[in-house]
Amino acid sequence: MTITADDSRTQGYEDLPRLMGLMTGDEKHGPAATSTLDALWVLYDRVLRVTPERREDPARDRFLLSKGHGPMAYYAVLAAKGFVPVEWLPGFGAYDSPLGHHPDRVLVPGAEIGSGSLGHGLPIAVGTALGLRARGLDTPGVWVLIGDAELDEGSNHEAIAFAGPAGLDRLHTVVIDNSSASHARPGGIAARFEAAGWSAATVDGRDHEALYAAFTAPHPGRPHVVVARVEPKNA
Amino acid sequence: MDTMRDRFAPVVSRLLDEDPRVAVVLAEIGKDGFAEAIRRHPERVINVGIREQLLVGAAAGLALTGLRPVVHTFASFLVERPFEQVKLDLGHQDTGAVLVSAAASFDWPAGGFTHMAPGDVALLDTLDGWTVHVPGHPDEAETLLRRAVAAGNDKVYVRLSVQANRQGRAVGGEHFLTVREGRSGVVVAVGPVLDAVLAATEGLDVTVLYATTVRPFDTAGLRRATRAAGTDVVLVEPYLAGTSTAAVSEALADVPHRVLGLGVGRRELRRYGTIEEHVAAHGLDARSLRERIGGFVGAGRAPGWA
Repeated sequence: MTITADDSRTQGYEDLPRLMGLMTGDEKHGPAATSTLDALWVLYDRVLRVTPERREDPARDRFLLSKGHGPMAYYAVLAAKGFVPVEWLPGFGAYDSPLGHHPDRVLVPGAEIGSGSLGHGLPIAVGTALGLRARGLDTPGVWVLIGDAELDEGSNHEAIAFAGPAGLDRLHTVVIDNSSASHARPGGIAARFEAAGWSAATVDGRDHEALYAAFTAPHPGRPHVVVARVEPKNA
Repeated sequence: MDTMRDRFAPVVSRLLDEDPRVAVVLAEIGKDGFAEAIRRHPERVINVGIREQLLVGAAAGLALTGLRPVVHTFASFLVERPFEQVKLDLGHQDTGAVLVSAAASFDWPAGGFTHMAPGDVALLDTLDGWTVHVPGHPDEAETLLRRAVAAGNDKVYVRLSVQANRQGRAVGGEHFLTVREGRSGVVVAVGPVLDAVLAATEGLDVTVLYATTVRPFDTAGLRRATRAAGTDVVLVEPYLAGTSTAAVSEALADVPHRVLGLGVGRRELRRYGTIEEHVAAHGLDARSLRERIGGFVGAGRAPGWA
C-alpha cells in the first residue's frame, strides 16, 4: 500500500475534532466517541517512541489498540501523526477504505494489531513483550489500550495473572474507564491488576499532565496499568 | 516403540538450540519434556499456566516480534477451547505458528470425552491457509515437525497420536504416497490408520494412498491414482468421519465419482476403556473396514456404474 505524503503542517490536539469530523460528518462528538482521545493523544504525542518512518523498526514501541470499537479517535491520532493520510478519513467504513469500524493491522499503517472482538489485545501484548525480551530488545515498551467493560472477557485475566508474576516490566495497559461495565465495583479495576503484582495508577483521563505522569511513572520489575477515568458512557 | 509425543520435546529442544527464532509456548501440559530446554533457553520456552486463550494469544505476540512459536497441548485445549484466538490472533493478524496437538481423537479413552477432539481438523477446515500434518509413525512425526517449524511464518497444525503404524515411511510433507496399486477404487489412509487399512484391503483390487499431510489436500495425487483405479474413493481418517469428503469432491468435481468417508463417529460414545475398544466402536478395525470398503467398491463395480 502506498502512503501519499500528507500536508506538511503538523497536526495538533486542536485538529483532532476536525479529523474525527471527516469520519463522522460532525465536529461535535459525545463522550463515548472521544473516551480514548486524550489518552491516545498523550501517548502518541509524548510517550511512544514510534513514528511513521519507524513503523517497521524492531526497536519501536508497540501500541496495541485492543478496544477496537469506535476507532475514530485512533484514526484521527494516526492521521495527525502522519501514519494515515488525512484523505483516507472520509472513506471511513466504505468498501474500498482501509479504515473500518474495527481496525485491521494489515490495512492500517501503524496499527500493530487488528481488533474488534474484545479481550484479544492484552494476551497478544504479553506475547509481544515476551518476544521482545527473547530477542534481547529490552528498551521498547509495549502498550495496550482496553475498555473497562472489555475487562469482562476472561482472556484478559489470563494475561493479567500471568504478566505480574512473570515480571513483564515493559508491558503497560491503559484502561479507559467510562463506567460501561454492567457489573463492576468501585476501585475494582486497579485492585485486580494490583492483586496480580502490577503497578497501578488511576487518573483523570482528560488531564494530559496527569496522564503523562502516570504513563511515565517508574515501575521496576512489574508491569504497569493506568486506569484513565472519563465521563460515564450512560450518564 | 516410543510415541510421537516422546519425540516432540527432544526434536523441538534441538531446534531451540539451532534456531534463535524458535520459541515454545505451553500451558502446563507437556512441560516436563522441556525441563532441560527451559534451563537453556528460559526466554524462549514459556509456560503460561493453565490459560489456553493466553497460550494462543501470546504465541501470536511472539510471532509478531519475529519468532516462530511452537504451541503444544491436548487438541481439545489447543484448537477447540481457544478457537477464536486461532481464528483471529493467528489468521486475522496475518501471522503464524506451529500448533502441535496430542490425544486428539481417543488416545486416552479412560479420560472420557472432555479430553477428545475428533473434530479438530474439521474445525481448522473453516479457516484459510492451514497446513495439517497427521503423521502415522514417530519417525514421520519428527520429519513433519521439522518441516512445520521451517515453514516460514505459515500456520501449521501437527496432530500427534499414540496410535501409530508399525513402520515409518518416507513422507515429504506434501504428497500422498502410493502404497498399493489396484484397479477398482482408491483408498486414502490418513496417518495412523494405514496398518488397519492395509490389512483390511488385503486381496482387494484397490489402490491405497497414504496421506500424512491432508491440508492442502493432494488433489493431483488423488486424480493421478483414479486414472487406473477409477473414481470410487474411500477416505479413512483418524478424526471425524467425512472431514475430507469435500476435498475429494472438489478434486474430482469434473468427473463422476463416489466417496465414502470413514473415521471417528460424531455420536458421543460415553464409554471409557481402551484405544482398541474405541477403534472397534468407530468401525476402524481391519475387519469392519474390510466390510465397509469391500461393500462400497464392490457396489461401485455393479452394472450401470461401469
